[in-house]
Amino acid sequence: MADVLLSDAEKTFILHGIQDNLREDGRGCDDYRHMEIETDVVSNTSGSARLRLANTDVLVGVKAELGVPEPIKPNQGRLEFFVDCSANATPEFEGRGGEVLATEISTILSRAYDNPNALDLKSLSVIPGSQCWILYVDILLLECGGNLFDAASIAVKAALFSTKIPNVSVLKGDEGQMELEISDDPYDVKQLDISSCPCLVTLSKIGYFHVVDASQKEEACCLARVIMGITQTGLVTALKKEGSGSLDPESVFDMMETGKKVGEILGKNLTAVLKEEAALGKKRKLVGFLR
Amino acid sequence: MADIRLASACVRTADVNPNRQELDNLVTPGDIITSDTGFMRGHGTYMEDDRLHASVAGVVDRVNKLICVRPLKTRYHGEVGDVVVGRIIEVGQRRWKVDTHSKLDSILMLSSVNLPGGELRRRSEEDEKMMRHYLKEGDLISAEVQSLFMDGSLSLHTRSLKYGKLGQGTLVTVSPSLVKRRKTHFHNLPCGATIILGNNGYIWIAPISGEENEDSAGGGYEQNLEPVSRIDREVICRMRNCVLALSQNKMMLFDTSILYTYENSLKFSVSFSFF
Repeated sequence: MADVLLSDAEKTFILHGIQDNLREDGRGCDDYRHMEIETDVVSNTSGSARLRLANTDVLVGVKAELGVPEPIKPNQGRLEFFVDCSANATPEFEGRGGEVLATEISTILSRAYDNPNALDLKSLSVIPGSQCWILYVDILLLECGGNLFDAASIAVKAALFSTKIPNVSVLKGDEGQMELEISDDPYDVKQLDISSCPCLVTLSKIGYFHVVDASQKEEACCLARVIMGITQTGLVTALKKEGSGSLDPESVFDMMETGKKVGEILGKNLTAVLKEEAALGKKRKLVGFLR
Repeated sequence: MADIRLASACVRTADVNPNRQELDNLVTPGDIITSDTGFMRGHGTYMEDDRLHASVAGVVDRVNKLICVRPLKTRYHGEVGDVVVGRIIEVGQRRWKVDTHSKLDSILMLSSVNLPGGELRRRSEEDEKMMRHYLKEGDLISAEVQSLFMDGSLSLHTRSLKYGKLGQGTLVTVSPSLVKRRKTHFHNLPCGATIILGNNGYIWIAPISGEENEDSAGGGYEQNLEPVSRIDREVICRMRNCVLALSQNKMMLFDTSILYTYENSLKFSVSFSFF
């Protein structure tokens, strides 16, 4: 990942700050930085969202396409995650530089969503065994300011919230085969129930303590972290340990407790904000990218 | 704990003061500066159809017949005597490479630093071997621009006791054009923090250190790694957020503006972040 150089004294300063529960920017250990979110920013997608978490900037687009379901899950649709690390974010991403990070993010996201209690994939099925909706979720990292995993997952959830899938009616053809009729009315659509979509919460172990939403500088001080996928009911759908450092079993337990607590609040706040934006309807002012 | 806002609900700088007075010498790329052909074309301008256009967004500077446009958003353009804050990125042959947010890496020669022990002594081979012991990759220093090389890269020096390696504290980066040029860029603010406003837009905020025993054998290369008290830390956090708030709103940074912002921020809690 885009690492920053820090001197020993700066690292010590950050470390002691976390011990005092007062981080560089005045936050406590369990606080997220402020986020700004906007949905429906890209017109040629089924749903999109842009999230700005301090300096981290993520754009997510969802495209719904009809396809063939997987043979082992004939009556389910599916999600396909793809992450693109723009070289605009950091020169390190140029060429194939961002590939490792991109796969890491898409893998953990598919793992978090691969849970019968997460997104209801059965609702994406059209004709069991032959046709279903496939949601291609494209994540574009525009700027790196730390905590890319959480930012990506929040933006994905928001984009899924704004996704509108055309209604499909299945007609019996002449010779027994099925015919699909896709509605082209932009209002004849269905929306996904995102209330059980997980958000990722990354807990970074710095010194003897752990923090959520580490900034880039804090990430440079952190040797081990735990990434959790948590729904707003507190269900853990994915868990991954990352980094070169090791973790004490007891601290893993502590981190999970914090993660669950923070993840629940995060999910609830996100849903509330998205509902608020949806309620604005046509009165909503589009902010977009130029500002 | 997790504060999420709508992008449309956030107040933009432009919304706060819509009829902010326009500067008449402010241009954007493509703007016609003059159709008079009597002027000379300087940096940030180009000639098309016998008219002089701006190629960058910035302020028009006119010296006699020469017209330049000084860009507002730019990398640091060094001048001799500037105070800068930089980060060591490479240790090389008798020199350190320093990142100062300028176009090219700046250089700090072994011969232009104060070494522990003596005032002025020849740099021996031993010193050269000890270079990484004094300053290593990632270390932050405050320095002064000694001279400019032919290609525009900077040569720095730390031959004064006020310059040298920086200890505990926090670095904030802002646009170099926001730092006002003053007589002094080192300030011990009365609220209990010391601030170095680097001309290159790197701003260092640190706790006020006690009595400095400069003459000690460390020569400024020994760092105090004792925990900073919570009170000092709060001051530093608040100061950092104040500097960022000022830079977000494109306000000039100097001791008075920072101090006023700090005093006005006291009615809010520390915990708030732009970045």
